[in-house]
Amino acid sequence: MATHTVAFVERVDGALHDPSLQTALERATTRFIGNRAKAVADVDNFEALRNQARAIRAGALARLDELLARLADNVERYGGHVCWAEDGAAARQYILDLARQRGVRTIVKSKSMASEEIHLNEALEHAGLEVIETDLGEYIIQLAGETPSHIIAPAIHKTREQVRDLFVKHLGMEPTDDIPTMTRTARTALRQRFLQADMGISGVNFGVANEGAIVIVENEGNARLTTTAPRIHVAIMGVERICESLDDLGVLLQVLARSATGQRLSVYTSIISGPRRPHEPDGPEEFHLVLLDNRRSEIIGGKYAEALMCIRCGACLNACPVYQSIGGHAYGGVYSGPIGAILTPLLQPDLPDAHKLPHASSLCGACEWACPVKIAIPDLLLRLRADAVNSGRYEAYEPMAMFGWRQVMTNPTFYRWGGKLASLGTHLLARNGQVRWLPPPLDGWTKQRDFPPFAPKTFTELWEERKKQE
Amino acid sequence: MTTQPHRRAVLFVTCIVDQIYPNIGFAAAELLERQGVEVVVPRGLTCCGQMAFNAGFRDDAYAVAGRTIEILRNQGDVVLPSGSCGAMIRHLYHELFHGTRHEAAAKELAKRTYELSEYLVDVLGVTDVGARYNGVIALHDSCHGMRYMGLGRQARTLLEHVAGAHLVSLPGSDECCGFGGLFAIKQHQISEAMLHRKLTRIAECGCDLVVTGDASCMTQIAGGLSRSKSRVRACHLAEVLANRVGVRG
Repeated sequence: MATHTVAFVERVDGALHDPSLQTALERATTRFIGNRAKAVADVDNFEALRNQARAIRAGALARLDELLARLADNVERYGGHVCWAEDGAAARQYILDLARQRGVRTIVKSKSMASEEIHLNEALEHAGLEVIETDLGEYIIQLAGETPSHIIAPAIHKTREQVRDLFVKHLGMEPTDDIPTMTRTARTALRQRFLQADMGISGVNFGVANEGAIVIVENEGNARLTTTAPRIHVAIMGVERICESLDDLGVLLQVLARSATGQRLSVYTSIISGPRRPHEPDGPEEFHLVLLDNRRSEIIGGKYAEALMCIRCGACLNACPVYQSIGGHAYGGVYSGPIGAILTPLLQPDLPDAHKLPHASSLCGACEWACPVKIAIPDLLLRLRADAVNSGRYEAYEPMAMFGWRQVMTNPTFYRWGGKLASLGTHLLARNGQVRWLPPPLDGWTKQRDFPPFAPKTFTELWEERKKQE
Repeated sequence: MTTQPHRRAVLFVTCIVDQIYPNIGFAAAELLERQGVEVVVPRGLTCCGQMAFNAGFRDDAYAVAGRTIEILRNQGDVVLPSGSCGAMIRHLYHELFHGTRHEAAAKELAKRTYELSEYLVDVLGVTDVGARYNGVIALHDSCHGMRYMGLGRQARTLLEHVAGAHLVSLPGSDECCGFGGLFAIKQHQISEAMLHRKLTRIAECGCDLVVTGDASCMTQIAGGLSRSKSRVRACHLAEVLANRVGVRG
C-alpha cells in the first residue's frame, strides 16, 4: 500500500510560512539552547551525570513491574488510591467516575503531557465539567483553543503579541505588551479558580517507588496550588516515569532541570506522598494516582524500549533543526520533535501520517547529543522507518527506486551504464554547468537548489586509466 | 630512504564521489600518496548502502553493504573521504548486520575504517600537507562525522596549516545543512529551511570558501550557493588540501 504525504506536508508548509511561528521558534529555541549550554558547563562532568541518569532509567525499566508494585503499595499505605489504567479510556473513565461520585464541578490542572495523550480535557468538558489549565503556557493555549507545541513550553509557538491579543479578548486586559502586566492578569484570573476548584489534576515527573511519592517540578507554583488547594488530587503518571529511590531522583532532577530550562533546579520541586494526614494542616482529602500504561508495556522489552527512558525535558526539540523549522504542531501528535517522531507512531499508531514522522529528520544526531539520558534517537527513527517499509508504508516510487538502486550498486555493468545514463541525462539538463530542474520524484531537490551533472567518467574509470598509463 | 613501514590503504571514494566528483577522489588519493601510502582502489567497490538503510529498505541496504563488506575483506585500512559513509560502516553496520552471516566481518571492518582527515591526522600524524589557498575558509562540520566518528578537530588542524588561508569560524558550524539523504527530497521544504539558515551563516561569516568533509553536505550547500548566485564556493576538504579547488574531472 502506498501512502500520500498530503496532510503532513501541508502542516509543514503552513508552519514554514507562518511568520509569527518562525519568530517565536527562533527566539525560544535559541534561548533554551543557550541556557542549557550554560547549565551544562556549570557541572564538572555532565557527561558522567548523563551516564548515571541513563543507567538509572535503564535499571528502572528493567525492573518496572517490581518498582510499580512497590510504588502502588506505598501510595496505598499512605492513604492514597491507585488506578491501573490499561489505556486512555480506562484512565478517563476512572477520573470521570470519581468526579461524578464526589460532586466535582470545577477542575484545575497543572501541566501533564499524559493527560494530553489521553485527551482528558475533552472528555471532562464533554461531561459538563469546567477544566482550567493553570500552567501559564497551558492556560494561553487553552484560551486559544490549541494543543501544546512543546513538551515543557506548550505555548512556545506564541509570540508576546499574540498572547496580548488573547488576554485582551478573554480576560478583558487593557492592551499592553508588558509581560509582568500580562502575567499578573493571568495570575489574578487563575487565583479565583484554584479557590473554586473541587479537583486538581497534575502530571508526574517521577514516581519514587521506595517513598510512595510522586515528584512534580515546575517554575510557577501552580502545580503546588493544584495539588493542595482542591479537596481531591488526581495525579496521572505514565508507568515508565518511575525511579527507585530519592538518590536516583537526585540524579534525574539534576539532568532534567539543566536539559529542560537550563536551571540548576526548577523553582519548585514537590515530593508528594498521599493525601493530607490527620496531623497536617493542609493538603487534599483524597489522593489518586492513575498509572497509565497506554501501550507502554508493549514497548518494554522490545527494540524501542529505550524511548521509554525519556524524562520529557524537551532538550531534543530545542536542539533539532527540524523542530526549529516547523515547531511542534506540524508533527500532529501529542509529543513533537525527535522524541515525538518516535513516541507518536508507538503510542498513537492510528494517527494518520504517524508512520511518516520518523522521516521528518535529517538524522543529524543533535537530539541524541542533547538527550540527558542519551537515547539513540536517530537509531530508533531508522528502526521505525524499516518497520514502516516492512508493513508496506512507503512512497509509491520507493520500491522500484530501491530495486533499481540495488541492481546498479551490486552489478558492475549496471553501475557503469547507470552512471553513463545519469551523466548523459544530467548533462542534457544542465545549463552553465548546473542542473536547475529534475523530473519527479527528484524535483524536490531542484526547487531551491542546483545539482551538478554526473561526471562523464567515474573516478574508478579514470583511476584505472591512470594505472594503465603508469 | 624512509624508515617508515610500508603503508597500504584502500580508498573507498563512495558512490557520490565516484559518479559526480572524481576530483575529490583524486585529491584524497594524492593526499595519501604524498604521505607514502600505497592507495588501492578495489574493483567493483560502489556504495556503503546508507541511502536504502536510511530510507528503511534494509533488505536492499543489506544486499549492497554485504557486497561491500566482501570486497573489503582482508584489505587492511579503509579510508573514506566521507564522515557519513564512514559512520555508516563504523556505527550502523552493527545494526544492519546484527545476527547475520556478515556480523563478524562487519565488526572487523569497522575497526579498520577511517575518515580521510582522521587517517591523516590521527593515524599518519600529519598536520601540514603543504596546501596553499589564498582566501578565507570556513569549515562546516558534517553531522555524522562529527557525532558518530568524533571528527572536526582533525580537519581544523589541517586547515590551520594551509598556507595563505585565513580560517574563520562558521557560527553554528555544527548545525545540520539539511541534506540528510532522501530527506532532502522527501522533506524538501524542511531541508530548504535548514539550508537557508546555513547559507545565511555562511554569508555572514565572510568566507569565500566553505569546506566540508562530506560530498553530500557539499552538494547541498553548493546547490544552495549556486541557486542564490553567491560568490562563495563550496568544496571538499580533500580538494583544498590537495590544491585542487575548482578542478574538474
